[in-house]
Amino acid sequence: MRSLNRENTAYVEYVKQKDPKTKVLKTLIIAFCVGGFICMVGQVFRDILQSSFPDLDPDVLSGLVTAIMIFLGATLTGLGLYDDIGKFAGAGSIIPITGFANSVVSPAMEYRTEGVVYGIESKMFVIAGPIIVSGVVSSALVGLIYWIISLF
Amino acid sequence: MDRHTLLFRHAPRIVSASSIVGRREKAGPLGRYFPHALKDDVFSQESFEKAERQMLQFVISDAVRRAPAGKKFVDILLAGDLMNQIVSSSFAAREFTASFCGLYGACSTMAEALALGATFVDGGYAGQVVACTGSHFGSVERQFRFPLELGTQRTPTAQWTVTGAGACLIGSSGNFPRILSATLGKVVDYGISDANNMGAAMAPAARDTILTHFEDTGTSPADFDAVVTGDLGKLGSEILDDLCMEKGVSLGKIHFDCGAAIYSLEKENFQGGSGAGCSASVFASFIYDRLMSGEWKRILFVATGALLSPVTTQQGESIPCVAHAVCVQGPARPRAGKNSVQAAAGKARTPGPKTGKSRSNT
Repeated sequence: MRSLNRENTAYVEYVKQKDPKTKVLKTLIIAFCVGGFICMVGQVFRDILQSSFPDLDPDVLSGLVTAIMIFLGATLTGLGLYDDIGKFAGAGSIIPITGFANSVVSPAMEYRTEGVVYGIESKMFVIAGPIIVSGVVSSALVGLIYWIISLF
Repeated sequence: MDRHTLLFRHAPRIVSASSIVGRREKAGPLGRYFPHALKDDVFSQESFEKAERQMLQFVISDAVRRAPAGKKFVDILLAGDLMNQIVSSSFAAREFTASFCGLYGACSTMAEALALGATFVDGGYAGQVVACTGSHFGSVERQFRFPLELGTQRTPTAQWTVTGAGACLIGSSGNFPRILSATLGKVVDYGISDANNMGAAMAPAARDTILTHFEDTGTSPADFDAVVTGDLGKLGSEILDDLCMEKGVSLGKIHFDCGAAIYSLEKENFQGGSGAGCSASVFASFIYDRLMSGEWKRILFVATGALLSPVTTQQGESIPCVAHAVCVQGPARPRAGKNSVQAAAGKARTPGPKTGKSRSNT
């Protein structure tokens, strides 16, 4: 009773050859265009706000635009449209802030069957959690480097 | 000496079969063969998990209902699914009085249940046994992958989990398809660790079981009208053909993969269906119909399962796989003129092996 299960490198290699590959150029172009479009929508909101309220502080302005984009991302997720955009656009719709909203709202919707606390609240950040942790850690590191440089 | 094939002395019969699928599957190339389809994604339940359970209950009841008078009973229920702790099966079993054995063979569960059910019946330990399994896209996706509304792209090798369930009632007599033998597979792992490439992971297990069956029973592909695999998908099927050629066996046109057949692959950019419900629903409808009508006289049904969990995948482990094979022969007196034959005649684009044999009756 001898088991045949050793890693079969020849087979893994063969599968690697055989696998259909992602069409890199096509997906890059689509991601670039959709990502650019989402940023353009943000810029349109910023310009509208700026011309309507010329006295607005630039920090408040970018906060407002971010809030609008998050609202849009969350709403499109709730309407069941954002996953279709994502299927088409890939990174183009994941990387902008709307994608972040999607990554929070989609698990919240999915896990509502497990109740508010154990479902929605605890699962809300299963996908966004790592992004937040990476963001906080890397910003702290960059801050540290910035501080060290400022010493000289 | 290793022996893997059980030869049944009394050839247990598949007395009846029932299946139900989701809307996407109903709209696919095999759609007209499925007798039932979900009207909404959750089958009028509150969650995907409850829907999956309801589907299993439905096909078990329906299979018993379709059995002829005097055969509407079940001694043992063999069922499994892809949920943690196979809850869909055990919760569904709560609604029945039959003894219950829960199985886990991932997507190979249907073949495993048929093999074990035939063993119970052939040995005389049970009068009638139901073999049942299913999967629901929503419940499986959330357990193994991401939330449904998350905007991600699938890799080109990915498969789509079938919403579907199938049940077969196995009895001891009657003019029904006969289970002649079964080969219980061994676990095979060639080192594929990409959970989005199940076809490549499972193909070696399928080859192992198919060739073992040929060897143990002294048969060859020429003895079968079809070798039906569960959910290797398009890529996995090509790999299986290559792997068999490597050992000098040509499956060629008699190879039929339920996963590759259930969706129109040209329209949708992926490798086909997967999930326990894929082979179960196709076997209990399309394949059962073809056996009953005599279009296929003898088939080898090989369902493959990837025995992974999200945890092993995250820990970077490779995917052990298993395949079980059941050799089924059509009834002694086929009932020609069943709906499948009419449907096949009406449409040119009949899925399945394009052999003269399978078309001859249309």
